[in-house]
Formats: sequence, structure tokens, C-alpha cells
Amino acid sequence: MEDDVKKFLYVNRKAPYGTIYALESLEVVLIGAAFDQDVSLAFLDDGVFQLTKSQDTKEIGVKNFSPTFRALGDYEVTKLYVEKESLDERGLTLDDLQEITWEDEDDDYEEKPSIRIVTRAEMADVMADQDVILSF
Amino acid sequence: MATLHTVNKSPFANQSLLSCLAHAKDGDTVLMIEDGVYGAASGTGLADAMVAMASRVALVALQPDLNARGIAAARLLDGVKTTDYAGFVELAASHDRTQAWL
Repeated sequence: MEDDVKKFLYVNRKAPYGTIYALESLEVVLIGAAFDQDVSLAFLDDGVFQLTKSQDTKEIGVKNFSPTFRALGDYEVTKLYVEKESLDERGLTLDDLQEITWEDEDDDYEEKPSIRIVTRAEMADVMADQDVILSF
Repeated sequence: MATLHTVNKSPFANQSLLSCLAHAKDGDTVLMIEDGVYGAASGTGLADAMVAMASRVALVALQPDLNARGIAAARLLDGVKTTDYAGFVELAASHDRTQAWL
């Protein structure tokens, strides 16, 4: 029922491997995807490092979970808000991030980008628009 | 009488790397490991401070941690060297003491 749908935002502010937060967030997003809610992910501060290309964890003995972000579209998680100021401060651009897409079944299964670059002010608006915020 | 300093936290998340650099003596080595390797990248807000330090301390980043985080060699700051786990041990052995900036 539409009335039961809440807007959930997962806020990611930690780099991917130094702590367990980033992996735990992704696990909770995948679990939460089963509940047919309106899900968005926010990446700001060191959280933007989670989405970078070419991660190779063979020599540090932990799972490289970065490819999993590309599967989120299959779980109807299609809104990944990335803060521009956070990228700038870390010397990163959209080109340094993985290409993450979803198939729009209402538009002939066209592949559309999931990553939306937003300003800090726009990110504040995204946050203020939610019913539930989960922080990692 | 040189010290090996290790930094394992992102310089964008706390002040550990900056405090380490502010306390390191000429001739010391600052080894960036784990999330500390984000400090070795160019084009960041910290790059100028790092380059200024490179003339008086050796800046080194651990290659396996760079690889895990997708930081390519081309993105490293000028003056930053890289090493592997065996090199980490060599650094620990060749310095008089090791100080971890947690």
C-alpha cells in the first residue's frame, strides 16, 4: 500500500575498509530492499571513497565489496546522492567513481545512472525530505 | 636517531596525520597505512601541506592499502614513495623507534 511506503535514507560518511561501517551499511541496504520502501543512499565526507573505481583488496585480506554497489539497481535502489564538495575536498571527480546504473522498466529498460552529484545544500534538502535516516 | 611514524586514519576524518606532521623531526619517516593512505593522494585540500613536508621527512604509503582503495600510482603526491609489507618491517627495523598516530 502506498500509504505504508516511507522514505529511507542511508547516510554513508566513512571510508570503505578502515572500519566496518561501510560494509554494514551495504548489508542493511540489501536487507532493507526486501521491504519495498523508497530508499536513497547519501555519500558524503569520507563516504565518497566507497564508490571509487579500481579497488583491489587482495593484499589486505578483506572482501572487496565495491562491485556490490553496481547490483543495487536490481534491488530497486536507484538513488545514490554524492556530495560534490566532499569529492572536491578529496581531489575526486565523477570520473573517479564506478559507473552505477539501473534499468528503468517504465522506459523500455533504458539504463540510467544511479549516481546523482549534489551540492552540500542540495544534500541538506535530501536529508530533510526523509521519514527515516540510518547513519553509518 | 630517527622515528618511524605510522598513520592509519583518513586525514579528512580526523587530525592524526596533521598532528603527526607537526611533531615529526627532520629525517623521520611518516608511513601512511590503512585509511592513512588517503593522505598520499594529490589534488586534495591537504596536498600543499604534504608537499611542504616532503623535503624534511620521508613520506611513504603502503602499496596494498593503496590498491584496496583504488588509488593509482599516477594520483600519488610528488615525493611520496611506496612500500610493501616486507618494506614496512625494514622501516621498523631501521628506525630507532616507532610511533603510531592512532
